[in-house]
Amino acid sequence: MNYETVIGLEIHAELNTNTKIFCSCSTSFGAEENTQTCPICLGMPGALPVLNERVVEYAIMAGMSLNCGIANYSKLDRKNYFYPDLPKAYQISQYDFPICNAGYVEIETQLGKKKIGINHIHIEEDAGKLIHDSGIGTLIDYNRGGVPLIEIVSEPDMRNAEEARGYAEKIKSILEYTGASDCKMQEGSLRFDVNLSIRPEGQKEFGTRTEMKNLNSFRSLDRAIEEERKRQIAVIEKGEKVVQETRKWDDEKGRSFSLRSKEEAHDYRYFPDPDLVPIILEGAYVEKIRESLPELPQSRKKRYMEELDLPEYDADVLTSSKDLADYFEGALKSFSSDPKMLSNWMMGDVLRLLKSEEMEIEEIPFRAEDLGNLLKLIEKKTISGSIGKKVLEDMFKTGDQPEKIIKDKGLVQMNDENELESIIKDILENNPQSVVDYKAGKEKALGYLVGQTMRQTKGKANPQVVNKILQDLLKE
Amino acid sequence: MGLHKKTAFEIKESIKNKEIKAVEVVESLLKHIEKTEKDIKAFVRLTPDIAMDQAKKVDEKIAKGEELGDLAGVPMALKDNICTQGVVTSCSSKMLENFIPSYSATVNEKLGQAEAVLLGKSNMDEFAMGSTTETSAFHMTKNPWDLNKVPGGSSGGSAAMVSADQAYFALGTDTGGSVRQPAAFCGVVGLKPTYGLVSRYGVVAFASSLDQVGTLTKDVKDSALVLNTLAGHDKKDATSAGVKKVDYLDGIEKGIKGLKIGIPKEFFGQGLSTSVEKALNEAIYTLKQLGAECENISLPYSEYALPAYYIISSAEASSNLARFDGIRYGYRPEDFDNLEDLYKKARSQGFGSEVKRRIMLGTHALSSGHYDAYYKKAMKVRTLIKEDFDKAFKKYDILVSPTNPSTAFNIGAKIEDPLEIYLTDIYTVPLNIAGLPGISIPAGFSEGNLPIGLQMIGNVFEEKTLLQAAYAFEQGTDFHKKRPTFGKLVK
Repeated sequence: MNYETVIGLEIHAELNTNTKIFCSCSTSFGAEENTQTCPICLGMPGALPVLNERVVEYAIMAGMSLNCGIANYSKLDRKNYFYPDLPKAYQISQYDFPICNAGYVEIETQLGKKKIGINHIHIEEDAGKLIHDSGIGTLIDYNRGGVPLIEIVSEPDMRNAEEARGYAEKIKSILEYTGASDCKMQEGSLRFDVNLSIRPEGQKEFGTRTEMKNLNSFRSLDRAIEEERKRQIAVIEKGEKVVQETRKWDDEKGRSFSLRSKEEAHDYRYFPDPDLVPIILEGAYVEKIRESLPELPQSRKKRYMEELDLPEYDADVLTSSKDLADYFEGALKSFSSDPKMLSNWMMGDVLRLLKSEEMEIEEIPFRAEDLGNLLKLIEKKTISGSIGKKVLEDMFKTGDQPEKIIKDKGLVQMNDENELESIIKDILENNPQSVVDYKAGKEKALGYLVGQTMRQTKGKANPQVVNKILQDLLKE
Repeated sequence: MGLHKKTAFEIKESIKNKEIKAVEVVESLLKHIEKTEKDIKAFVRLTPDIAMDQAKKVDEKIAKGEELGDLAGVPMALKDNICTQGVVTSCSSKMLENFIPSYSATVNEKLGQAEAVLLGKSNMDEFAMGSTTETSAFHMTKNPWDLNKVPGGSSGGSAAMVSADQAYFALGTDTGGSVRQPAAFCGVVGLKPTYGLVSRYGVVAFASSLDQVGTLTKDVKDSALVLNTLAGHDKKDATSAGVKKVDYLDGIEKGIKGLKIGIPKEFFGQGLSTSVEKALNEAIYTLKQLGAECENISLPYSEYALPAYYIISSAEASSNLARFDGIRYGYRPEDFDNLEDLYKKARSQGFGSEVKRRIMLGTHALSSGHYDAYYKKAMKVRTLIKEDFDKAFKKYDILVSPTNPSTAFNIGAKIEDPLEIYLTDIYTVPLNIAGLPGISIPAGFSEGNLPIGLQMIGNVFEEKTLLQAAYAFEQGTDFHKKRPTFGKLVK
């Protein structure tokens, strides 16, 4: 029996505002516990929430970038339940009138492009963080309580882990582009909940779905989906029914555990929050936000392909992150003659060095312009490509400009044919066996002789010129 | 010396004119409180040190000739659900018995800027849920007119202390009548402003869409004086209105010639006691004598105000009081087995039975399967009730009704049957439902010498008109001049 997997994703993204959604406490990550709190986000008696306008702006930006309609009327509702990380014992969220309605994103799959629907986006406040200490008990840090979130609820359009991951990555990239969220998964500013069910291939009705909460890496997203599909299939094949429940994914153990079943499911008793007024958006206000949106990845990619003549693959990689694309365009300012060459260097050496130096793009110690200048030097043949790679490594380490490094280390390429010819003549004299081998048809010998030349010139010889001279001399 | 018998306005002027020192006023009041508190028990907490300190500062300012706040040196009290920084704010509940807020309610800060003097916190029904002050977890407050009778509630302490001349004014909160009803029972003036006129920040929430801070004063001029300080937009309260500043004292003596008064017939129906009916009929006659035009009108949906109120207020309360869970502040049981046990014990032991009753009612009204039939329906009915009033105010300037169906009843008489107590709110509740301002003023006495209140209802943000009408009636009668003599000791 073949089973089809049906997946829906609920993505929580922390909005990039300076202050919390209902009070003026800071949202910065990493502060000492319980130092970014006030009576409002602590739910003290008598404290009242006031909506942060920036939150509305960012939510609208996120919605627009995901092709959603923006509701001109939306309201905030209370979601009531007891848990120590929730100071008011209710979360202020949006229930039936969210700020953004139906939208979509397009993802690439092995079978081509696919549209994944978004049901709606709503704003809500985050809860505090529980820290389990085996000695003391459970400690609560309320710094995170009240941080603004958007929840992006997809349609159940995904059919496997690849699609789910593609969707999640797309959402992350687009949100980063708008600046609405910094999506730093290691700081918890992007979290996934997965709704998954299976059904026999061909069946129209959906099977019973389970919910897995708070997956905060792409890897755990992949694994959780695979495992849950397997688990549900095993349940069905045993002749049992899948229980509708919420499960918690344990990445270390590689499996999920039941959190609560339908019987224990919360009745959230949603009702409109009487401390807050509805959000009514005027057309002019919404349009002004649309005009202020930064260029989104889709149109940037198109521009790279059409105006810069880059292949789709390159355009995809370069626009996969806003920072990367920005950096590329920064370098392009000082090196516009060969975008493909720049693209190769970005996708190859730059990305490689970012990884090995464990840096984020914004941490690169030299300007994008400098990268462009480096490539100009290579294009002019002032240095060779392989020397250029070494210079780039130095730039990453020291932040110095390429011109300075080349000068300090005397790396200027030797292009002078006469100079090189005399060096090569020396090498041929000292390696008679290689000459014989080459003339006997062993191509490898040429490589050896080139290598010796490069060694002798400490890599500065122009390899094309060396090759030409060697071949000419050997013909004799 | 009778200093305690003065009004807030008189005392403020005396202090300003250097006829008396603010410190002397406080001392005089504290003496009077000492004499009377054993009978009345209006306070849950006295703050004599703070009061003396604040009074001293006012005296120093006067000596230096510096400009004074509008209420400089006037001693007052706050209902114990109004947060006072550094001073226990308990809502007369075991749950917050030792809770000291690190912040003050906006109304408290405004009074502080006006340089009023804090005498203490007044007793109330627990978490403002009640109409008699009998549900206070600490003690019972007595009605100064008859110590066997309830002072009303939930702002019973505030009303009683003003009536007994223990404070020149007190703040209360009014969710379904909790300022007006005790004002009527205690023979003082109780004002509930339009919803949104006065900030709710720092006032422990009972029902967010109904709560308003109100004033208990000895006369109408005093309520205008205090309202001048309290009213105004607060950016910390998203439901606070951005209306233009009004001077409520200015033109208060205008009189009511030509004023159009509507008398809703639904408020004069069954259940009205004969003494109240008699007093109200005489009051209407007085209003006519003073030049007003009185006409009978109908507010057909008003009969649904009480059930809508109990659903809406209980629903909102069940959510507002969920934060009291023993985790961060407030009552925490000493022993508990696990998290759920902690929650259960903290709330079972920390809350009194009326609070628990309302939380359960409210939770039920919001629960899945019941939300549409109860809460949603009640909110729709609310719109209909408001529309009735809107129609009436197209034609009339104010409306008039009894504040309560009867005078104060015996302590313990109704507490066993919550429904009976709920029914006493029948004329006050519609104003909270519609967000309208209302004032209760003394309008006579029963044969047993118990005060009777007249309620005037104004249109939204029309407190000026309301206060002018109330002032005219008050000055055209002398009910407000009578003071209780603490008759009938408890048997």
